Amino acid sequence: MSLSSSDFKYVSNLVRAQSAIVLESGKEYLVESRLAPLAKAEGLDSVEDVVRRLRREPRGEIVDLVVEAMTTNETLFFRDNHPFQSLREEVLPRVIERNAATKSLSIWCAASSSGQEPYSLCMLLRDHFPELSNWNVRIIASDISKSMLRRVKTGSYSQLEVNRGLPAKMLVKYFSKDGATWQISPELIKMLELREINLCKSWPVLPSFDIVMIRNVLIYFDNETKREIMGKIRGLLKPGGFMFLGGSETTINLDDAFARVRQGATWAYQVAG
Amino acid sequence: MNVLVIDDSRAMRTILSGILKAIGFEVFEAADGKEGLSQMEAVADVALALVDWNMPEMNGFEFVQAVRALDDYSATKLMMVTTETEMDQVVMALDAGADEYVMKPFTRDVIMEKLELLGISLD
Repeated sequence: MSLSSSDFKYVSNLVRAQSAIVLESGKEYLVESRLAPLAKAEGLDSVEDVVRRLRREPRGEIVDLVVEAMTTNETLFFRDNHPFQSLREEVLPRVIERNAATKSLSIWCAASSSGQEPYSLCMLLRDHFPELSNWNVRIIASDISKSMLRRVKTGSYSQLEVNRGLPAKMLVKYFSKDGATWQISPELIKMLELREINLCKSWPVLPSFDIVMIRNVLIYFDNETKREIMGKIRGLLKPGGFMFLGGSETTINLDDAFARVRQGATWAYQVAG
Repeated sequence: MNVLVIDDSRAMRTILSGILKAIGFEVFEAADGKEGLSQMEAVADVALALVDWNMPEMNGFEFVQAVRALDDYSATKLMMVTTETEMDQVVMALDAGADEYVMKPFTRDVIMEKLELLGISLD
């Protein structure tokens, strides 16, 4: 049975209010496919029952579960490759030179999902920047989803996940196999500071950052929310700091205070002037 | 660009060849390591070989060792595509000279992402 238009509207309004994720008409199939496993996990008979519970308990735990189920967690190690190449060859050497006096480096991976992006950064720093071993390196990995953050903290990945984007040399160097799962090294887990942050709500106090990775997230938001988030990131970037967006995302026509700057094989964004 | 797929399963060769042909590679096939070595000789400039581990005649690990013993093929990238999923085997393959390692089962995306890691141009 397909979702009624009133149930779809209720779910899309709730998800938009809680996470700013836009579910336009035509995405009924997405709501059904994402909420069906949740219905099963909660012992409910159908997606309609999930919506019924949402209506009955608008401040209940079911709200968080539905929002989590509707977030997209597609990710992989070293996703798109070019941003990591740019970090290694252009951005990090420059930031390290600039911060040599303070010996501090701060990076934020916003919406880090199951952790492949922040862990890719950790591996890159370990492999290519041994001089950072006596620096104060702070990598904050945040996500809206508690269950995703729990996953990041365990550092356990499936075979399919380590097959995706992870160079075999890094698999050998930073992982161990435990039954069917691949366990990332405890040293890398310790490098991450995990935070639960809903990008469209008020943010906790955050430090200023040299680099902000917010890739393939803004595409799910409306323009007003994108502008608001970009403005807040501008306020957190150190002078000369870099923001990385996904390949199909841009600040152009949204926040002209950012300048798009070529960094090797990809684009990054810096506060203009 | 020439690519060699070495696997004793015809179905697996068909799957891998299909993925590679669809993105414009010239694909050659072999059913074991020995036949793979013959193909390396017969086909000029093999840029990449995708190699299964367990095969009759000459297995994939022996194939990697044999290819890496020959200077002529130093530019050829070697990628194991195998059901062997223990860490020891990944280490052995890399030590022998494999450039990448894919554990079966895989998706098309896995192969594409590994090609990108190897810097294999899709043009």
